Amino acid sequence: MHIVVCIKQVPDSTHIRVHPVTNTIMRQGVPAIINPYDLFALEEALRLKDQHGGRVTVITMGPPQAAPALRKALSFGCDDAVLITDKAFSGADTLATSYVLASAIKTLSAENPVDLVFTGKQTIDGDTAQVGPGIAKRLELELLTYVSRINAVDLADRRIVVERRAEGGVQVLQTRLPALITMLEGSNELRFATAPNMFRAARAEIRHWDRTSAGIEDLKLVGLKGSPTIVSRVFGPTPRAEKSVQIPFDPSDPDSACEALLEKVLAESPRVKKELAQRLPWYQED
Amino acid sequence: MSETKTAKPIKKRKIKLDENLLAYRGVWVFIESERGHVHPVSWELMGQGRLLADQLGVELCAVTMDAPGPTLDAHCNSAFHFGADRCYRIASTVLADYRNVPFTRALTDLVTTYKPEILLLGATTLGRDLAGSVATTLRTGLTADCTELAIDPEDRCLLSTRPTFGGSLLCTIVTLNYRPQMATVRHRVMPMPEPQPERTGLIVDFDPCLIETDIVTKILEFIPDEMRDKPHLPYAEIIVSGGKGLGKADNFKLVWDLAHVLGAEVGASRAAIHAGWISADRQVGQTGKTVRPALYIAAGISGAIQHRVGMEGADCIIALNNDPNAPIFDFAHYAIVGDCNQILPALTRTFGKYLGKPQKEAA
Repeated sequence: MHIVVCIKQVPDSTHIRVHPVTNTIMRQGVPAIINPYDLFALEEALRLKDQHGGRVTVITMGPPQAAPALRKALSFGCDDAVLITDKAFSGADTLATSYVLASAIKTLSAENPVDLVFTGKQTIDGDTAQVGPGIAKRLELELLTYVSRINAVDLADRRIVVERRAEGGVQVLQTRLPALITMLEGSNELRFATAPNMFRAARAEIRHWDRTSAGIEDLKLVGLKGSPTIVSRVFGPTPRAEKSVQIPFDPSDPDSACEALLEKVLAESPRVKKELAQRLPWYQED
Repeated sequence: MSETKTAKPIKKRKIKLDENLLAYRGVWVFIESERGHVHPVSWELMGQGRLLADQLGVELCAVTMDAPGPTLDAHCNSAFHFGADRCYRIASTVLADYRNVPFTRALTDLVTTYKPEILLLGATTLGRDLAGSVATTLRTGLTADCTELAIDPEDRCLLSTRPTFGGSLLCTIVTLNYRPQMATVRHRVMPMPEPQPERTGLIVDFDPCLIETDIVTKILEFIPDEMRDKPHLPYAEIIVSGGKGLGKADNFKLVWDLAHVLGAEVGASRAAIHAGWISADRQVGQTGKTVRPALYIAAGISGAIQHRVGMEGADCIIALNNDPNAPIFDFAHYAIVGDCNQILPALTRTFGKYLGKPQKEAA
């Protein structure tokens, strides 16, 4: 069984700071991590390998600096890592990104046929959840999004049964391989890296693929050129026209501030007054 | 939300559409239904879609798909009540439950046949699965989780605004030389329009020729959620939320105490959830729930965009924070600067007294 896991290196959101004057994100010094949602995909792929044997290849599209994310993935037990990196890929939106990843997976499949592709549910920096479906459509793989559990994989029959989170319930779906699965968060717990795997990962060779080795057929479809969407404007949010009403607070007498607040809210917000009235013990529906 | 300050200079790109794309006209909303019920986000989108269609001077069209029958017809009628001029009805037993391949095929075929300029879907698990698949198949642009949609009067382009990563900024995204322009919007982000029961419109039937034996994926079972223990944040009228400013997990108890007295739901910021202080289904914000309560009390929440877009639809926002420069004070209605761990119990006492509830002794 050959499984490909797509991951992305993202800035650790808990360390993001905003420049107080320019209002822009300060990326310097922010540690890079594997997108947390991708870890559930990684673990699920490794579990399938434990059960059925085979290989797990981890891939990412990004700058050369993304190599540590792949090495980290190798330390958990992935067999092979490919960094798809080319200046031409920069500025890609989700459509262009799915084209590059799909091309690379096709190239990998020529070496060793791919049975399953895994991605995370979404990334924490883009939050779009579009690249997984994009890859599936381009490669005509069966698409299984928001999978919370893999119930059965039958390699001989080329069948897979999964539980998928839908609106208002869980769908139990059966489909054929090859398929693409986007894994739901919380569906498993990532293993610890073993010492031998950590040593292996530190020494492992990470393949770097440029546009040619990744099998890109049409350069017009990658990077900024291949992206139908552009960011036309970035701006800061506005404060409300009216400043917020500040209630003076004296730490030695917190209750009087709260009473002043309640009085103001009741006087100025009829909707809140109505909601509170409905919670009075003597309230009666009229 | 409109802007006052532009962080980066505006780079205006002239949009020149290819000849074949000029024919794309009309605003479409995909009506999401599962097991007989339309997801409310679809009607919210109809309200927004109506505004966009009126501004463009085009029709607003609803797209309904389901097994043939009275349920589907009822959805078409509701679509007219919520503002549709035209309703595309795709009736097929293959579409009885959501599966990616038949839904993608049906919607893609409909788009290439009738050519809308804008296609909107709810950012639900179904909507995101479908939107991503349709956009890739059509090779067009898709903007996820928009918080604001508008039309550029100069070139009829859809301006899709969403928060950027990191919490401080918003960005407006446009689709260049591709049509339709696609966007998803989360539940409760747009207000629910008033239905107009006298409205009717034109039903157009469309047959994408789906055959069950062509569809590889089969639904073996559907396990409905147990709703009892789930928080009902999206429709709660009073919400008390806690953030990282509470200091430690134990202090979240003060949020629960106040919520208990108020008969309120408890929410939280992304930071509090990542810290493991409370379960993820209580997150309010861009990646959590969008809420529109009468009263929202934010305790120890700084007010990053990620949180703000999820709760600024509240009628009345009370912010408690010990940092007088916290961004939440820019959009809260009432502000108390001070230690949340002191203010929260005082609020519990005050509201408790007002509501005639017995006083709970501090532990």
